[in-house]
Amino acid sequence: MARVPPDFTKTLLFLTCQIRLKNKNSDLTMYQIVEKESFSEKVVKLVVHAPRIARARKPGHFIILRIDEQGERIPLTIAQADKNAGTITLVVQKVGVSSTRLCEMNPGDSILDLVGPLGKATHIHQAGTILACGGGVGIAPLLPIVEGFKKAGNRVVTVLAARSKDLIILEDEIRQWSDEVIIMTDDGSYGNKGLVTTGAEEVINREQIDECVAIGPAVMMKFTALLTKKYNIPTQASLNAVMVDGTGMCGACRANVGGETKFTCIDGPEFDAHKIDFDELIQRLGGYMAEEKEAWEQANG
Amino acid sequence: MKEYLKIERDTEWRVELRSQLKNKERTMRERVVMPGLDPLERIKYQDREVNLGLDEASARAEASRCMDCVNPTCIEGCPVSINIPKFIKNIERGEVLEAAKTLKETSALPAVCGRVCPQEKQCEAQCFYTLKLKKEPVAIGYLERFAADYEQNSGAVSVPETAAKNNIKVAAIGSGPASLSFAGDMAKLGYDVTVFEALHEIGGVLKYGIPEFRLPNRVVDVELESLENMGVKFERNFIVGRTASFDDLKEEGYQAFFVASGAGLPRFMNIPGENYNGILSSNEYLTRVNLMHAAEKEFDTPVLRGKNIAVVGGGNTAMDSVRTAKRLGAERAMIIYRRSREEMPARVEEVLHAEEEGIEFLNLTNPVEYFADENGRVNRMRVQKMELGEPDASGRRRPVVVEGSEYDIPVDVVVVAIGVSPNPLVPSELPELKVSRWGTIEVDPETMQSSIPELFAGGDIVRGGATVILAMGDGRKAAAGMNNYLQGKLKEQATEASGN
Repeated sequence: MARVPPDFTKTLLFLTCQIRLKNKNSDLTMYQIVEKESFSEKVVKLVVHAPRIARARKPGHFIILRIDEQGERIPLTIAQADKNAGTITLVVQKVGVSSTRLCEMNPGDSILDLVGPLGKATHIHQAGTILACGGGVGIAPLLPIVEGFKKAGNRVVTVLAARSKDLIILEDEIRQWSDEVIIMTDDGSYGNKGLVTTGAEEVINREQIDECVAIGPAVMMKFTALLTKKYNIPTQASLNAVMVDGTGMCGACRANVGGETKFTCIDGPEFDAHKIDFDELIQRLGGYMAEEKEAWEQANG
Repeated sequence: MKEYLKIERDTEWRVELRSQLKNKERTMRERVVMPGLDPLERIKYQDREVNLGLDEASARAEASRCMDCVNPTCIEGCPVSINIPKFIKNIERGEVLEAAKTLKETSALPAVCGRVCPQEKQCEAQCFYTLKLKKEPVAIGYLERFAADYEQNSGAVSVPETAAKNNIKVAAIGSGPASLSFAGDMAKLGYDVTVFEALHEIGGVLKYGIPEFRLPNRVVDVELESLENMGVKFERNFIVGRTASFDDLKEEGYQAFFVASGAGLPRFMNIPGENYNGILSSNEYLTRVNLMHAAEKEFDTPVLRGKNIAVVGGGNTAMDSVRTAKRLGAERAMIIYRRSREEMPARVEEVLHAEEEGIEFLNLTNPVEYFADENGRVNRMRVQKMELGEPDASGRRRPVVVEGSEYDIPVDVVVVAIGVSPNPLVPSELPELKVSRWGTIEVDPETMQSSIPELFAGGDIVRGGATVILAMGDGRKAAAGMNNYLQGKLKEQATEASGN
């Protein structure tokens, strides 16, 4: 078969660009922040140079980072990755001392340690229609899952929920991979007024839903799971447990799933939402509250 | 081996040294006592080493107790076969740096082993004094530590000789004692070794597990520097199988792998209330304090404190945890152990130190349930008494429940130190790898080769849970096994290339 000769100039230009891109990135130090966007006062998007992880990650994976010698090890789900640029996107909420310090870092700054991808990847497959529910910063880890299911040929209906308009994040990116997006806010400042479950139930009553994914605050996932259980819709939830090493060693992230102790970092982070003991999870998330408050006062007082 | 030991023993200086003192005089001398910090003082500090080490005079005196036996049974008790009489005799004659070199012939981490090995079950158990004279053995562990520390402090740390570089890339996965000992041996053979570590610190259990009061980090760091000087490379924040796949690394030129990814998921007892806040694994507790420096003000990571802290278990990790709890301010720091003191797997010295520090031992006691306050924080544990019955598979007498003996103990924090399962992270990336029912990697016990020819394994990922020195022994065996395997492959290739 005869081949069309390549356009030489175009190829050269392409190659030059590639080389430049490569050179540009090789100037970056490991785990350098290349881009930052503030979604709200408490929520920040960071794009970080981590080429190996950008290449290896799949939807559902997370990383653990430590900003400096004093920092905690913080688990964060990977929201997006760009293999060519060698970057991953993280969405961080100010919760404790370390996450607040991370939110205050800027492009050009480097994170000291970052390891991943960790956890089991989401089981992406062709299921039919997917109902994806995201609450607050949970929208970030939901994004690659929505993208994955859409690319696998599913119809994807996404419900995004938050307290108010400015806490609805990554809406454009979510829209790109959803057939339909429903927005819910507690205060009605954007989309419909109401909780995630209100929006989700409308969709369930309207059309056949084959599977559901819910990611957000534990309470939000708990009630979404209760709802989908009523309708017998298989549902996955991604747990945001307390972690230290994140590599299956410490057991801080243990959760009760179907009466068994599971480790979120190794067995999860996604589990059958109908089997998760959310009340125990909520209790365990508060396990270091007093110590964290003290650390906070130490750092800010 | 025997032949080599004999040649060494017949060197002039050793013959001369033996003749200087009659064996009878040697055996009359008392075993040295290790000087240590005062218990009431030391429990105020997490980072002050309890044992202070011997001075040169007492080390040389202790070394003179060793009779330089014709048949040195002590070496058989050592998992890495250190030439024990040779190093001890070097101390006796005052050539301490030579003694350190002797240690390094076979051990990548002498300063570590001198501190954490259960010598009373190994070399010292096989000492002529123990076996035949029924006297206290030569303090081989103290002397090992003395020689290694002496070298570290001398500023003249010797770098073991390495063969010419063969430019064959091999990877060690995990950076604990098994990997470090493997890396040392492979570097000596001329290989290009990279050690991959998932955490942000090199050292594995030596860093995240064993506290500073028993093994200072600087001691580990000097040993790591020694390996770096031999050409070993370290990659932190890297999970082989995840950050890059085995295939990726093969493409990057790695020809064989040594998996020593260590202990993983902590075991719990699966009793009611165990997931309440305030109940955590020893891995979590020690990692927070040792690796994350949670007890120091400048660091962000929190650690749970309390008045009454119970640690469940009787091993070294349990001792490390309970003594840490005492140092972090617990008024009542308790060991809850279901057998008696005799069956405790911990080093004898650690149990003694714990007792000196005011640790309470609730032996023959087992937890049955936990209770919590309205916030889900543990405040009480129910235990039951046990008694010892017939010996079980491990040869230890099986603990049997004393019916109706339950009672409650107030607790603020409970640390569960009853063991770990192998880390599932690496095996889960290799579906064709043969693992046991318990998740340990199956290997040939002589070569440490797994069901995948270019993959070797050792340490806790093979044993399930063992000691630093046994892991190091595995590392040495694996290095020899891998070397044979790779050299065999090279020969094959050469034969093929020559066309017949």
